[in-house]
Amino acid sequence: MQEAVIEAMEHWPRDGVPERPDAWLAAVARRKALDRIRRDVNYREKLAAIEAQPVAGYVEADDRLRLMFVCCHPALSREVQVALTLRAVVGLTTAEIARALLSSEAAIAQRIVRAKHKIVQAGIPFRLPDESELVERLDHLLAVIYLLFNEGYLTTGGPEPARRDLADDAEWLAALLTRLLPTEPEPLGLLALIRLHLARSAARFDADGNLVLFEDQDRSLWDREAIAAAIKLLERASSFGRPGSYQVQAAITALYAEAPSWPETDWTQALLLYELLVSLDGSPVARLNRAIALERVAGADEALDAVDALRDELAGYHLFHATRGRLLEQLGRTDEAADAYRAALPLTSNPAERALLERRLSTRAPRTRSAAGPAVKGRSSKSRSRRARST
Amino acid sequence: MKYMLMFAGSEEYFARFRAFPEEAQKAAVARVDQWSRENMDAGRLLEGHRLQPTSTATTVRLQHGQDGTPNGKALVTDGPFIDAKERIGGYVIIDVPDLDAAIAMAKSWPAGGTVEIRPLADL
Repeated sequence: MQEAVIEAMEHWPRDGVPERPDAWLAAVARRKALDRIRRDVNYREKLAAIEAQPVAGYVEADDRLRLMFVCCHPALSREVQVALTLRAVVGLTTAEIARALLSSEAAIAQRIVRAKHKIVQAGIPFRLPDESELVERLDHLLAVIYLLFNEGYLTTGGPEPARRDLADDAEWLAALLTRLLPTEPEPLGLLALIRLHLARSAARFDADGNLVLFEDQDRSLWDREAIAAAIKLLERASSFGRPGSYQVQAAITALYAEAPSWPETDWTQALLLYELLVSLDGSPVARLNRAIALERVAGADEALDAVDALRDELAGYHLFHATRGRLLEQLGRTDEAADAYRAALPLTSNPAERALLERRLSTRAPRTRSAAGPAVKGRSSKSRSRRARST
Repeated sequence: MKYMLMFAGSEEYFARFRAFPEEAQKAAVARVDQWSRENMDAGRLLEGHRLQPTSTATTVRLQHGQDGTPNGKALVTDGPFIDAKERIGGYVIIDVPDLDAAIAMAKSWPAGGTVEIRPLADL
């Protein structure tokens, strides 16, 4: 069984032709064709056209899902899960994966070889998880997809602040998962979350490539149709009555996206949703993001107390210091705010985030509370999850 | 496939067990006995043992010649071979279809602590 997985992983990206006539290898071939098309100019339209085709029968769908579960098996490290998923499910070559993950081809090749050895020698099965373990195992798939999306949406390495290719791959994977697991709400939640983020793409960077915070974005550039469609997805997810971390993150993002302006956001509702998120996912980053809404509802003093309580866990996270900086600024403690921004700078490698922090340092001035927005903003929920899931 | 499950725990883990009242210790041992019996009856558990504490361990470090083979000399010392935070308290050899089944067995281990799963290779 394991050997069949390895064989497929091995041969199809290189040869392009399935060696065996199994249904799932046919699926892989179809995906390969898709992969060629997706590099074309009219990428999104063609992708949508192919996606609209029904999945070719039960066996194919089932086997592709099995392949995803193998690639994202918890006995493999997260970075191996990511590489294997890009290779075996998305169909990228080793060279393409290396480019996407800003790694060397040799390193990726070695990572994949080691993973194959582990799959065979440790006996990782090519099967769907039992119902009792499905939710837990699904969490790994979702985490890998969201990590890919985040890496594409706001990259942690290289000169480009964002790489749409990777973000689009993640969207494709999330959409695939919603079709393969139609009775699970969290894939729908993740897909809605990703599409809500993508709908704001045009407003995220200014003409000079500077990152624009959620609160400062030109809302007329947002894709309203896409936002409405994503919210429909989220409604479908919530009709299952099984809330999860991705659904709640999507709900928070939708709340921001639906508000006529940043200050007019329903902050009480936002705080409630953050509370729910913290209860579902007790990570310190979830609690950090809760401070965004807490500041609006209860004031900067209380929000700062809540943030300071996270120091032990988050001292190495740039958005912890950036959030403190924003809150301190609002309280008129500008020297301390500058110290906080300075502490944040060496902790992020994203060029756009670095530039933003530098702008804050150079233009910082005492702000009045009414003029200032709350802490991390905008893409906070995604950062939250990136860190929360990568640990 | 055959795997070894190594049951490990921290110093605090073992201290906590020793601090249990006698009744609770007996109950814990009974749970492990039951787990062993059930898995033995199901054909999943081949063999296993609890180990005496690492304070009873002796390490024999063989010396190697130029060609990498043992040269007949050895260093015998008191204590376990690694100074790890977690110590191995016992092991079992199991025979199950795949890693998922081995993980499921490890998760059902009633004594808590940490379990390392290693597939067996031929000698």
